[in-house]
Amino acid sequence: MSDDAPQIGWSRDEMARRVALDIPSGSYVNLGIGIPELVAKFVPEGRTLIYHTENGLLGMGPSPKPEAADPELINAGKRQVTALPGAAYFHHADSFAMIRGGHLDLCVLGAMQVACNGDLANWSTGEPDAIPAVGGAMDLVAGVKSVYVITQHCTKTGEPKLVDRCTYPLTGRAVVNRIYTELAVIDVTPRGFELVELSPGVEFEYVRERTGAPLFRR
Amino acid sequence: MIDKRVQGPSEAVADIHDGATVMIGGFGEAGSPIELIHALIDRGSKGLTVISNNTGSGQVGLAALLKAERVAKVICSFPRTANSTVFPDLYRRGKVELELVPQGTLAERIRAGGAGIPAFFTPAAVGTPLAEGKESRTFDGKEYLLERWLRADFALIKGRIADTHGNVIYHKTARNFGPIMAMAARVAIVQVRSVVAPGAIDPEVVVTPGIFVDRVVEVREPRHESELVAAGATYP
Repeated sequence: MSDDAPQIGWSRDEMARRVALDIPSGSYVNLGIGIPELVAKFVPEGRTLIYHTENGLLGMGPSPKPEAADPELINAGKRQVTALPGAAYFHHADSFAMIRGGHLDLCVLGAMQVACNGDLANWSTGEPDAIPAVGGAMDLVAGVKSVYVITQHCTKTGEPKLVDRCTYPLTGRAVVNRIYTELAVIDVTPRGFELVELSPGVEFEYVRERTGAPLFRR
Repeated sequence: MIDKRVQGPSEAVADIHDGATVMIGGFGEAGSPIELIHALIDRGSKGLTVISNNTGSGQVGLAALLKAERVAKVICSFPRTANSTVFPDLYRRGKVELELVPQGTLAERIRAGGAGIPAFFTPAAVGTPLAEGKESRTFDGKEYLLERWLRADFALIKGRIADTHGNVIYHKTARNFGPIMAMAARVAIVQVRSVVAPGAIDPEVVVTPGIFVDRVVEVREPRHESELVAAGATYP
């Protein structure tokens, strides 16, 4: 989409803001790399969230001022960050005990595909020439209490990313709870995809046509 | 008297033999023991199995060890990073074997190795391609995969301060895999900015107790991978 094409639905920032609205104060949250990182910018006033980064920091803060930058204070995306008052450092086994042990309230991840049973594919296209890299995604979806996905509704070529069944290699089975796209907020429920909210000016039918599995109204 | 100091990086890695399994600390450049890795390149050891979260960037440190074709196999979770071209090239040419492990499973396999636990069950990767060939078992209605411990002949680790007994404290997110790799290796080698006398580190803040550390080497001004990469540095 070129910059002057009319935008349909939420911008990336608005999607991130919409996610942030749903996170209760006091939550321990892990944000994935990419669009999920934007969520931290939009936490409503008066709410405190504690960010976990799996490389060993709870209480992660924003990017440092240049004079405070430290190449050994980074996030999982390997970008330099800060440690807020009350932060803690820990080693990798403790970090993944927090994740796998169910101590984190929420993680927000990107996706290649989400199926209507909550299956998530977000680490590999499965193409033979791809360099496989998984990072912490499989541990996060296996252990964190709630898994939110933030993603464009369709691929760049217009294929639905919300599908009946993932065709890409899975990250986890039946793990996604809620999906935020530029068009809508959608829950994964026992009967499948269920609309929570439409973005302003977007019609239900428009979203339904672009979703690769049945979409139900509440 | 216990004194685990060695003269320099080259002495620290002098007995890392061909075919050794070497754990290398670091998450990206944070905690990457570049000076020890460069000494290992100088040492010339071949056919290594490297256990590390990433595969380095640019042509220094871990990427330089790979580029020198000293590594037969990599066990890691994320062999792609910005400025990471050496590993992808070797992998596509079939010059290096890869065992891809979810990051938390990698950490726990290392921890288990250090703790004397030969195997454990984890929920991570159930139902994914990384579960293929693995034993699974259901506990309380939920499926888990059996994973084996990881142990190593050597570990190369970057700390901030150590005492001569090998008690170590780390620097911010450079801690990452250091403490568990120190536990899981037969010989744990730690480079630090300064080595101090016993008693100079408050026992309440010791992160890695000296029992897990075999050699301590002082590298007062360690280089950062990103600075070397930005300067276009290569090693050797």
